[in-house]
Amino acid sequence: MDIFLQQLINGLTLGAVYALVALGYTMVYGIIGLINFAHGEVVMIGTMVAFTIITALASAGGVPTPIIFGAGLLAAVMCCMGLGWGLERVAYRPLRHAPRLAPLITAIGMSILLQNLAMIVWGRNYINFPQMIDKVSYEVGGAIFTNVQVAIVLTAGVTMIGLLYLIFKTKLGAAMRATSQNPHVAALMGVNINRVISLAFIIGSALGAIAGLMVGSYYEIAHYQMGFMLGLKAFTAAVLGGIGNMAGAMVGGLLLGVIEALGAGYIGDLTGGFLGSHYQDIFAFMVLIIVLMFRPSGLFGERTGERA
Amino acid sequence: MQFSRFPGITLALAASIAVIGCGKEEPKPQAAAPAPAAAPAPAAPAAKPEMVVKLGHVAPLTGPIAHLGKDNENGARLAVDDANAKKIEIDGKVVKFELVGEDDQADPKTGTVVAQKLVDAKVAGVVGHLNSGTTIPASAIYNQAGLPQISPSATNPKYTLQGFNTAFRVMANDVQQGSVVGAYAVKELGAKTIAIIDDRTAYGQGLADEVEKAAVAAGAKVVAREYTNDKATDFKAILTKIKSKKPDVIFHGGMDATGGPMLKQMRELKLEAKFTTGDGGCSPELIKLAGEAAEGVYCTQAGLPVDKLPNGQKFVEDFTKKYGQIQIYSPYSYDAIMVLVDAMKRANSVDPVKYLPEVAKTSLDGVTGKIEFDEKGDIKNGAITVFTVKGGKLETLQIQGGTAPAAK
Repeated sequence: MDIFLQQLINGLTLGAVYALVALGYTMVYGIIGLINFAHGEVVMIGTMVAFTIITALASAGGVPTPIIFGAGLLAAVMCCMGLGWGLERVAYRPLRHAPRLAPLITAIGMSILLQNLAMIVWGRNYINFPQMIDKVSYEVGGAIFTNVQVAIVLTAGVTMIGLLYLIFKTKLGAAMRATSQNPHVAALMGVNINRVISLAFIIGSALGAIAGLMVGSYYEIAHYQMGFMLGLKAFTAAVLGGIGNMAGAMVGGLLLGVIEALGAGYIGDLTGGFLGSHYQDIFAFMVLIIVLMFRPSGLFGERTGERA
Repeated sequence: MQFSRFPGITLALAASIAVIGCGKEEPKPQAAAPAPAAAPAPAAPAAKPEMVVKLGHVAPLTGPIAHLGKDNENGARLAVDDANAKKIEIDGKVVKFELVGEDDQADPKTGTVVAQKLVDAKVAGVVGHLNSGTTIPASAIYNQAGLPQISPSATNPKYTLQGFNTAFRVMANDVQQGSVVGAYAVKELGAKTIAIIDDRTAYGQGLADEVEKAAVAAGAKVVAREYTNDKATDFKAILTKIKSKKPDVIFHGGMDATGGPMLKQMRELKLEAKFTTGDGGCSPELIKLAGEAAEGVYCTQAGLPVDKLPNGQKFVEDFTKKYGQIQIYSPYSYDAIMVLVDAMKRANSVDPVKYLPEVAKTSLDGVTGKIEFDEKGDIKNGAITVFTVKGGKLETLQIQGGTAPAAK
């Protein structure tokens, strides 16, 4: 039982990160129906920028830890917001009325471009991400978790609630929902859709930066290719929950994290050693396929006709 | 790389001018031409004719273990520089070696593509690749082209079991290494139960299988066999599972890039088993990535510790001065280049057909020890060294096998 609890905690932490990244995918998709494959790289850039600022301030000495951490977070969020805005402006806006495939391929292109830029700037090696919080372990029912994990889940939770408030309670949120339903009519009603789409990218990228900092502090390493697999998993989580749906992305992320952890932990025992833990990814993707077979638009997705 | 040809051109021009001066007919200078098609060889006393010989080197220069790839390439570069400094004469010409470095991304498919590229570029020999997973498929291509290939670091036994007369390695293979690790875990570390993790690459899986065999033979029980991949960062799920089986020792068949984070997560989960790993994880990079969690790790390297060798000292000095810290395999890629150069010298030819038989007959005092090959192309009497991490540094614990060359 303690093992089950431990796996659940492992999965929830991983899932919280997936969920935060998945929100970035889902926001953009929900509004303009584009899968921004470069989003994983935005997360990576967030981690790298935070790393640079934190190490610079830490080596300067005399700066209190919370300020270093705050500065790192702020720099990462600002940089990623700029990057998100730039991506939309340079790579996607000119293609908004092009056939669907064009912006999709552009997104993959941007992903490769950003990866290589990061390789030039931050090098090829794994980077040790500085640990700013002193790690404290807690033990509950035989399962161990650290304050970093608690911080990750709490930050993810608070960020998501903030986002839900933004979407459903503010004027900007209403404009976003309107653009998502029908951009032409929204424009006729006086919504500046260019601004709304830019903001969707900016907010999504800010979430990515937060996720990037969380990944960095959790694993204590950063690498220029780290965004790729993370992005792919988060995208899967978004699809699992129903892409375009905020609650779906959160639930999908948490679910995927837990499925992966439990899959790796139990698949070997369940199949009598026939399948090992190297099938953990397959396990996660199988769940995705099965969900999509019965609910083609994901767990929370609505039937959106030709937009889906 | 292109600039380095200029001295060749100038020399050849000087040579041809000297020829004109002698009143003979003017041969067309072709200094930039690659290896065997050599520049004209008039007996000009002013300058000996020069011949450029291209040597290929392949390792992953991008991806998670790019630091190891760069380390290998730097080792090879240092060897090329040293060989050039000696102004070696082959067939009456001064040889200028040129390293053609390629990136295989540690990916077997890319490995075969760059192998073909090197064959097309008419290199005279290849040092590489780094990973077993890339070395094995690429070796078929080099074999077809009749090019000698020396891997400084591919340890999977299959590499030399394919019957290729072109495949060599300057490092002990996984059968030798695995049996040392497995026996060490049981006899010295007192492991009754052992958990094994591998990254599903040809190297990780191959070594883990050998360790499993040796540990079982020595009387330990394998309580968990878990798998990850070479790009993973989260190991908590498999580590949690391993924790429930309470092993005495964990063996990780994989590289330092996964070993470092794995160690940290192990300690976070309060998994107190002793951690052992093979040569791929036996690097300063592992200690950098794992920090304090690396203390008390046991790892093995195929080969003797470089600083214990008479020729090694100088290598360590030269290398650190030029490129910084040695990761793992740069001394081996250095030796691999030297084996090729030495064979060319003895054959008095840079033609792979002529000097390949000499590679097999190598007997060289390298920086990693005495290098002689058996009939398969494996190094004879390869040494295995067991290290432990103490105070943030690798410390030698035990050396098995291997012959140190006599001091010069």
